[in-house]
Amino acid sequence: MRVQCDLLMLFRFHIKDSKSYRIIMKGLRIIVLAKQVPDTRNVGKDAMKADGTVNRAVLPAIFNPEDLNALELALRVKDEIPGTTVTILTMGPGRAAEIIREGLYRGADGGVLLTDRAFAGSDTLATSYALSQAIKEMGEFDLIIAGRQAIDGDTAQVGPQVAEKLGLFQVTYVEAVLKVEKSKITVRRRLDNGVETVKAPLPLLLTVNSSAPDCRSRNAKLLMKYKHARTVTERQAATEDYLYLYDARPFLNIHEMTVNEIKSEAGQLGLAGSPTKVKRIENVILQAKDAKRLTAADKGINDLMKELIDSHVIG
Amino acid sequence: MNNIFVYCEVEEGVVADVSLELLTKGRSLANELKCQLEAVIVGADLKDIENQVILYGVDVVHIVEDPRLAPYTTSPHAAVLIKLFQEEKPQIALMGATPIGRDLGPRVSSALHSGLTADCTSLEIGDHEDKKEGKIYKNLLYQIRPAFGGNIIAWIINPDCRPQMATVREGVMKKEILNVKYPGKVNRLDVSKYVSDTDFAVQVIERHLEKRKINIKGASIVVSGGYGVGSKENFKLLYELADVLGAEVGASRAAVDAGYTDHERQIGQTGITVRPKLYIACGISGQVQHRAGMEESAQIISVNIDPEAPINALADYVITGDLSEIIPKMIKYYKQNTK
Repeated sequence: MRVQCDLLMLFRFHIKDSKSYRIIMKGLRIIVLAKQVPDTRNVGKDAMKADGTVNRAVLPAIFNPEDLNALELALRVKDEIPGTTVTILTMGPGRAAEIIREGLYRGADGGVLLTDRAFAGSDTLATSYALSQAIKEMGEFDLIIAGRQAIDGDTAQVGPQVAEKLGLFQVTYVEAVLKVEKSKITVRRRLDNGVETVKAPLPLLLTVNSSAPDCRSRNAKLLMKYKHARTVTERQAATEDYLYLYDARPFLNIHEMTVNEIKSEAGQLGLAGSPTKVKRIENVILQAKDAKRLTAADKGINDLMKELIDSHVIG
Repeated sequence: MNNIFVYCEVEEGVVADVSLELLTKGRSLANELKCQLEAVIVGADLKDIENQVILYGVDVVHIVEDPRLAPYTTSPHAAVLIKLFQEEKPQIALMGATPIGRDLGPRVSSALHSGLTADCTSLEIGDHEDKKEGKIYKNLLYQIRPAFGGNIIAWIINPDCRPQMATVREGVMKKEILNVKYPGKVNRLDVSKYVSDTDFAVQVIERHLEKRKINIKGASIVVSGGYGVGSKENFKLLYELADVLGAEVGASRAAVDAGYTDHERQIGQTGITVRPKLYIACGISGQVQHRAGMEESAQIISVNIDPEAPINALADYVITGDLSEIIPKMIKYYKQNTK
């Protein structure tokens, strides 16, 4: 596959008549880090169990929104530079293969599902460790692109932590790739107080904001092509009708990686590898504060304003 | 050794408010733990910068100055913190939950294998008993933060790894000068011992800093209106109150859709998220999407004709009645009491 691509590049090189930098570029190998998350934006009344814990079962599982922005940025590089490949890497339970299929329908070339009980209970650091060890097994790459943060935790930590573990430079809060040159990339960052244009060497890790373009929708042809894409575990559970497909069409294989396929130290994985522990959790929604109740009567409002001034909340 | 470190952000020679807020919090934590408070400032043109921080009760200011260290890029700043933390072994390290702190913090925690909690809304000192291991941990940092889209609050601890790292958003903590003559020391570090030339490979070629026209996000007080305000006319009352209090005006989606005010003032899941010291919700029923954008406000006043409005469950003060009567009274009594 790679040989074919390189030949194609060579051919393009000879017919180059454009001023564009694109034609002479070799395609990039891009890994998109994605996470399947519960849709915390649409939390209904039954989202919390009586004991105050989250009822994940009733929340729809979705492709983390900023990871979709990351995928779009990767696909745009692929549009610009022929020969670019986009591979999605996700860590999660077996059903997270669903977001890899979503990515394939939108233009990704392949996906890896990192799944194992050994990863259960990982905090961001243990997650980053597992992901970076998996990336080391995935061969060479030029770019890793991740969403800035996932909506179930909003930590924005996994991207930079993976970059550190792999010894990569990082640029966070990216909203556009402006230019790709041989071994360099120029991107635009969107910050709270403005924008920055940054040039960085490849290989590199980027994290992408929601201010980046929305991800393209599913492509009908790709949907037909990949609708039977499955991990090995999913195939074992599938009806036999489709089994012949996977030998004939290797692109339907979603690579499932377990802890046995990465080099890892047990002490860095899962709960044991997570320096942060959750001591206590409190449910916010069901908990009403003891509010002071007033009416439009003058005295109450006067006292309230005094209280707020005295406590330096206002004034 | 074993002190509290705060990484201070500097923009154009001025230390960021969020850093000063963290120094204030760091000082009170240091008092509780009977340790020292130390600040780290990395950047360019840092002449006399220590004078901006020591008065918050900083015992030692570590300064690393080099023209290449501003504007901020990840690797050189991370290199300084990683090495400095390895040398000084702080028990706690704090930074702003800003684009810089959220870029830098995870990088440092990953290198040091230490736990980092993002966007804490409260920090406390407390003990922890690990019943399984039969261990008791004294004086841990409780890192308290909302999670899961704000539907739960989690108390996070780092029992075994140091430093215990946390980021905090601007405006969550209060900044307070301790003593203008506080006897803090300055420790200037040699940049070449901490940063290598290859750390500067990422270059900022252009920067446009823009001040937002409407700065609702940065406002410490927000007066916000919902559909219950009833009209564009009534919405003017909110502007009057905001003007008197030095507040910004926000709105729920329903109020924006009804044309009472502009879209750029919309607070909530599809708008802006605010965490002001005081949020005054006028005629807002409090749908979950709106709450997502304001429920981390330090204090909430709900002015609503409906005593059972869902937002009242979040409020510290519930004023039941007609806002066209209540808001003018708030203005009147504010003025009377501040004279």
